[in-house]
Amino acid sequence: MATAVQTVERENYLNSTYGIKSWLLTTDHKRIAMLYLVSITAMFWIGGFFAMMIRLELLTPQGDLVSSDTYNKLFSMHGIIMVFFFLIPSVPAVIGNFVIPLMVGAKDLAFPRVNLLSWYIYMLGAITALTAMVTGGVDTGWTFYTPFSTTYSNTHVIGAAIGIFITGFSSILTGLNFIVTIHRMRAPGLTWRRLPLFCWSNYAAALIMVLGTPVIAITLLLVALERAFNIGVFNPQLGGDPLLFQHLFWFYSHPAVYIMILPGMGVISEIVTCFSRKRVFGYEFVALASIAIAVLGFVVWAHHMFVAGISVYSALVFSLLSYFVAIPSAVKVFNWTATMYKGSIRYETPMLYAFGFIGLFTIGGLTGIFLASLGLDVHVHDTYFVVAHFHYVMVGGMVMAYMAGLHFWWPKISGRMYPEAWAKLSALLVFVGFNTTFFPQFIMGYMGAPRRYHAYPPEFQVLNVLSTAGASILAVGYVLPMIYFLWSLRYGELAPPNPWNAVGLEWMTPSPPPTHNFDETPVVTWEAYDYESQPQEEVTVGH
Amino acid sequence: MWKNFPLFPERASALAWQVDGLYFLLVAVSAFFTLLIFLVIFIFAVKYRRSAHPHPVQIEGSLPLELAWTLIPLGICMIFFAWGSLIYFQEARPPKGAMEIYVVGKQWMWKFEHTTGQREIDQLHIPVGADVRMIMSSQDVIHSFFVPAFRVKTDVLPGRYTETWFHTTKVGTYHLFCSQYCGTDHSGMIGQVIVMEPTAFQAWLSEGGASGSLAANGQQLFQQLGCSTCHRSDTQGRGPNLVGIYGKPVLLDDGRTVTADENYVRESILNPGAKVVAGFKPIMPSFQGQVSEESLMALEAYVKSLATPQQSEPAGNRLPVPDTSKTQ
Repeated sequence: MATAVQTVERENYLNSTYGIKSWLLTTDHKRIAMLYLVSITAMFWIGGFFAMMIRLELLTPQGDLVSSDTYNKLFSMHGIIMVFFFLIPSVPAVIGNFVIPLMVGAKDLAFPRVNLLSWYIYMLGAITALTAMVTGGVDTGWTFYTPFSTTYSNTHVIGAAIGIFITGFSSILTGLNFIVTIHRMRAPGLTWRRLPLFCWSNYAAALIMVLGTPVIAITLLLVALERAFNIGVFNPQLGGDPLLFQHLFWFYSHPAVYIMILPGMGVISEIVTCFSRKRVFGYEFVALASIAIAVLGFVVWAHHMFVAGISVYSALVFSLLSYFVAIPSAVKVFNWTATMYKGSIRYETPMLYAFGFIGLFTIGGLTGIFLASLGLDVHVHDTYFVVAHFHYVMVGGMVMAYMAGLHFWWPKISGRMYPEAWAKLSALLVFVGFNTTFFPQFIMGYMGAPRRYHAYPPEFQVLNVLSTAGASILAVGYVLPMIYFLWSLRYGELAPPNPWNAVGLEWMTPSPPPTHNFDETPVVTWEAYDYESQPQEEVTVGH
Repeated sequence: MWKNFPLFPERASALAWQVDGLYFLLVAVSAFFTLLIFLVIFIFAVKYRRSAHPHPVQIEGSLPLELAWTLIPLGICMIFFAWGSLIYFQEARPPKGAMEIYVVGKQWMWKFEHTTGQREIDQLHIPVGADVRMIMSSQDVIHSFFVPAFRVKTDVLPGRYTETWFHTTKVGTYHLFCSQYCGTDHSGMIGQVIVMEPTAFQAWLSEGGASGSLAANGQQLFQQLGCSTCHRSDTQGRGPNLVGIYGKPVLLDDGRTVTADENYVRESILNPGAKVVAGFKPIMPSFQGQVSEESLMALEAYVKSLATPQQSEPAGNRLPVPDTSKTQ
């Protein structure tokens, strides 16, 4: 008993100082990660609420729950919030922020104050965008296509665009911080070849953040300027070119897909190795695949424009490059699968989510091949097929990875264990609910159901009802972790420093870690995922 | 709710089979790889579970395997790339002599004009067994012309023409959707494509009540707007003679050569200074804002009707009468 009390009282980043000020002015990467966790969770529920409204509306074909203007705002705000304010910051700003300095054996990120600044910038952008939404909403879709957004929409386009513009800077600063930290602050002996793959993939994502985000910022600024002052960049009536917008928008927004998925891939690499107790299969290939995705991701943007009126030859080039970018993703899937070969596999919740990720990401990736194929893309472009495809990648892939990562590092973050049985149930609900929601949309899409339709022909109703039913299961699957994570903060079993018996520097410090992370700077003398020399803890085998 | 519950779209164009063929192959290959991954993960997860296999065997990796699962998927992808591109190139190249339909998209309706002068809104009547080419422009935002049964989709942009074509193979009524989000009533910007037997189509045309062919309307506009004062059909005009130029290369005063296609004609009306024909002065005023999309299309049809030399009357100040008998 006495030792238990002592463990609770041990000084850590959560109890070192108290009071709201100590959180709002903190420069501790772990506390900033928690600020992000709270903020993006709030955004997730707002975006999720819009998603539920969309699914309820689509229960009936005639569009009778909300007006078409309201519906258009719902899907626009769902997209804007989920992409810019949840998915992009999710793994990097929460898990990356918390774990990367620990993984490289550093006391903090390279620029702790800049890290705090990036959270404030994120909040300013989020509040700006939310204000635009509360005071009337925005109805351009998250894609802001011109000249609709610059001239024809009667909603708060400028407010939403400025919100995203501001948040972009937070993304750039986080990316910059990660790049510098990974270059300069690795512990002695932690060479690039020993770096955990989570760092590699966040490094790749950070490159895109730093190089791509300025382009979307400028583009949205031009949209706002054209809207306010009729400057004629995108509207042909003013001498502009509407396709120019699409080129600029997708130049960032396609790589942004990789900002979202790459850190998730990193999470999966950590978890698959840990729960198979094996070195990752083909470390160099998994690491280089991340960089290949980041580089190739910049040269495929026009595959969003195959029916937009671009030349057939440029379509040909972008189609070819789009196939190329699919290959490194496939390489990762094969390597994760091979990592399990002759492993010693345990089915804890993070691993269940990782299974889910690999399966759903495979489907998401393969359906991307359909879309890269020119003649087929013409038919399925802008239909529910595309909606299903990117939700398989973004929700089936990315959110699964985020959930996997939260469960995996929750003992480190909170110092408490989450309830395993409930967590497994919620992982199952998420998997079943997700597939029920989005698989029917592939069928509906090939039949020709266009996306962003408030009312639709009656023959699509059965599939839509199925989709809505799945969405309710999915919602329960997301509500449960919210409840049991909060519950565990108070009632969860105390977590040991290394509950999964994993390798990696973050597991060599107590849970939760002290403010300065390590009492002594660790020296790394082993390869990444060196599960051979890590002794088996037979005690933890309970499954 | 269960009535009318298909799981696959109808095939009503010559290209639909090809698109579906590629789709089926992709579905088969994807299903194979998905099941493979699922199965392998399942087998590993069961066979190497902690209780059955407590001591993992460390394997660093394997270069031959890495190469195999890089190059084999890449090879398979190249098949899809080639096939998909072949279909796309067919879609991009309408056959000569295709029946032409002019399309104007606007928030939130589709307007169609047949070259014979019939106008339709949100409905398009066309004959079966015909090549049909759509010449499309938008009056406001970007729309997209999408007929799932034909497997075609092309964005309709303001300020330029885009085109698509299909060969109809099956009589029936098919969905027409706007598939590019265009504002409030986007989901109401739908219509029907009615593919008819040729005889029924002829009957429909004759009861259509068209007031002269599109080209004849264009000719009227050509005179009303004063185009005919400069663009005379002899060599004396201050502007180029338009007889026979459509579809032909045109030498510009800066030495470039462009083809006089629909977008060139459009640009020359709205922004005449952009590409001036060699030997002429840039004196033509812009007609931006003075001609509607429909009028532009009539003018296009008229300029096209001047393309075939035998259609024009002998030289002189009289304007050639467009031939309407050729278009069905």
